[in-house]
Amino acid sequence: MIRLTAVSVDLGRRPVLRDVSLTVGRGEWVTVVGANGAGKSTLLRFVSGLVRGRGDLALDGRDADSLRHRDRARLVALVPQSPIVPDGIRVVDYVLLGRTPHLGPLGAEGPGDLACVHESLERLDLVPFAQRAVTTLSGGERQRVLIARALAQQAPIVLLDEPTTSLDVGHQQQVLELVDTLRRDHDLTVVTTMHDLTLAGQYADRVVLLDDGQVVVDGSAAEVLTEANLLRYYGARVRVVRHDTGVAVLPLRPPSTSASAVG
Amino acid sequence: MSRIEDGGRLRPERLRPGWVAAALGAVVVAALAGVTVGAASLPPGAVLRELLGLASSLTDQQVAIVEQIRLPRVVLGLLVGGTLSISGASYQGVFRNPLADPYLLGAAAGAGLGVTIVIVRLPDGSATPGAAPIAAFIGALVAVFLAYLLGAAGSGHGSPASLILAGVAVASFLTAVQTYVQQLNQDTIRQVYSWILGRLSSAGWHEVRVLLPYAVVSWVVLLAHARVLDVLAVGDDEASTLGIHARRIRLIVVIAASLGTAAAVSVSGLIAFLGIIVPHTVRLCAGRSNRVVLPLSLLFGGAFLCAADLLSRTIAAPGEIPIGVVTAFFGAPFFVLVLRTSRRLGVAP
Repeated sequence: MIRLTAVSVDLGRRPVLRDVSLTVGRGEWVTVVGANGAGKSTLLRFVSGLVRGRGDLALDGRDADSLRHRDRARLVALVPQSPIVPDGIRVVDYVLLGRTPHLGPLGAEGPGDLACVHESLERLDLVPFAQRAVTTLSGGERQRVLIARALAQQAPIVLLDEPTTSLDVGHQQQVLELVDTLRRDHDLTVVTTMHDLTLAGQYADRVVLLDDGQVVVDGSAAEVLTEANLLRYYGARVRVVRHDTGVAVLPLRPPSTSASAVG
Repeated sequence: MSRIEDGGRLRPERLRPGWVAAALGAVVVAALAGVTVGAASLPPGAVLRELLGLASSLTDQQVAIVEQIRLPRVVLGLLVGGTLSISGASYQGVFRNPLADPYLLGAAAGAGLGVTIVIVRLPDGSATPGAAPIAAFIGALVAVFLAYLLGAAGSGHGSPASLILAGVAVASFLTAVQTYVQQLNQDTIRQVYSWILGRLSSAGWHEVRVLLPYAVVSWVVLLAHARVLDVLAVGDDEASTLGIHARRIRLIVVIAASLGTAAAVSVSGLIAFLGIIVPHTVRLCAGRSNRVVLPLSLLFGGAFLCAADLLSRTIAAPGEIPIGVVTAFFGAPFFVLVLRTSRRLGVAP
């Protein structure tokens, strides 16, 4: 569904992605992890067409460069980490923006578009909030509104940039469970970036570890999220716990500091 | 219940017929008052009959006052007010900046310089009435073009912030040149000053014919882009992931709004404040979607300027107060009132 071949992206003169090749199959969930500045968000921005680079990108078998803005938006929906929510916009109007790629440049939404929005709202239990201003919602509700907009876009590829940041642990699980259910029901291809490695280890089919703009490890959560890898690429001391739903990563304090703290 | 009917219950923000009726009502009332009230007192009923083409008791001279003096002035007030208001609303949408006004990219400074040069170069007055509007029009367009060129070439590549900064730079530069030219020719300061404060007093059907085509093109383009402007409200990046070509849309909207502004300025001078208070009042009262704000700004803006013009020529009759003074004097307190009321009702942020 997504195929990157030897992709490099420079921001300013700084190389941010270097020779990245990655294939994501239809219906797959791939989570991209890596330390701050490793290039995770840039990878999502490249796939959604917000930054340009060298190398090839194919979306659903089509060369991404040959796609018009609107056609690309019908293939790829992006849920940004810090979206700009227009002042006072209500949930229904915000989710309706997701229909934009399906309208002509000067066209207006029809009953079919409203029905699609209604379905998205229903799917995410947002119908009671339809007339509320997005800015008055809680973090978890707002994240659901963002996902509803992406769902209304009806794109087969959904990219989520740090979807769980600023959510408490309960809402983190709810949102990711929801994404997983939607993925199965709608056969969506999901790529997320994530800082929380336990969540990454629990929810993704596949984890891709980026370091300094390069893919250094690519595999199942158990293969990628190892104590050795996390020490090497994050400089972090952790304990990795295996569980039947995936792996959990526990950060540990380095022994010398903890010993001196106790002593 | 079918899904389509379900969707129909969602009530997205749209222009409500009640507001359209109210805005059209305001236009009709302001226009009628503008035609019937004035220095020469005419019976309103007879004026109305005359306007509707029915037999009336007006003398030939009174008919001439209505048809050649008051009517073109009212029509011009509607056109200029509507154009400045819808342009302001569009600028605010396209730059995502509540303080953006029709003069943001230097249109006022460019027009001011153009007019100053013409008044200074042709001081005998005979050539000024015809040349000043053309100079204002060209000056405004050149300024906006320069601002766009600088903004697009800057670090932000046409982002709202880089365009606004470029507009500020162009406006400052042109204002400096205009002040310098004006200081060198102090005998014409009064003429330049009177133009800068705005006026509809010299209006005739000629001015209406000059403005009308540009105004209509500008309105049609802006109204057609109202929905896309709502998408731009989520920022260039997100709009782009929704399939919108943000820079192209911004260019089209800026050109259309600037063309309308330049044409309006060329016949009326600089009328300040209108492009900010009318759209914001509409936003606070009727809704925030540009599909509501743009058409209602067009209608209410026209009605507001028409009413302001009526005040400007009746308060100190037989003299006239510059219309820019009236719009700001009455507009500012009215706007504060709207802001306070909507805060109390929990509409405003």
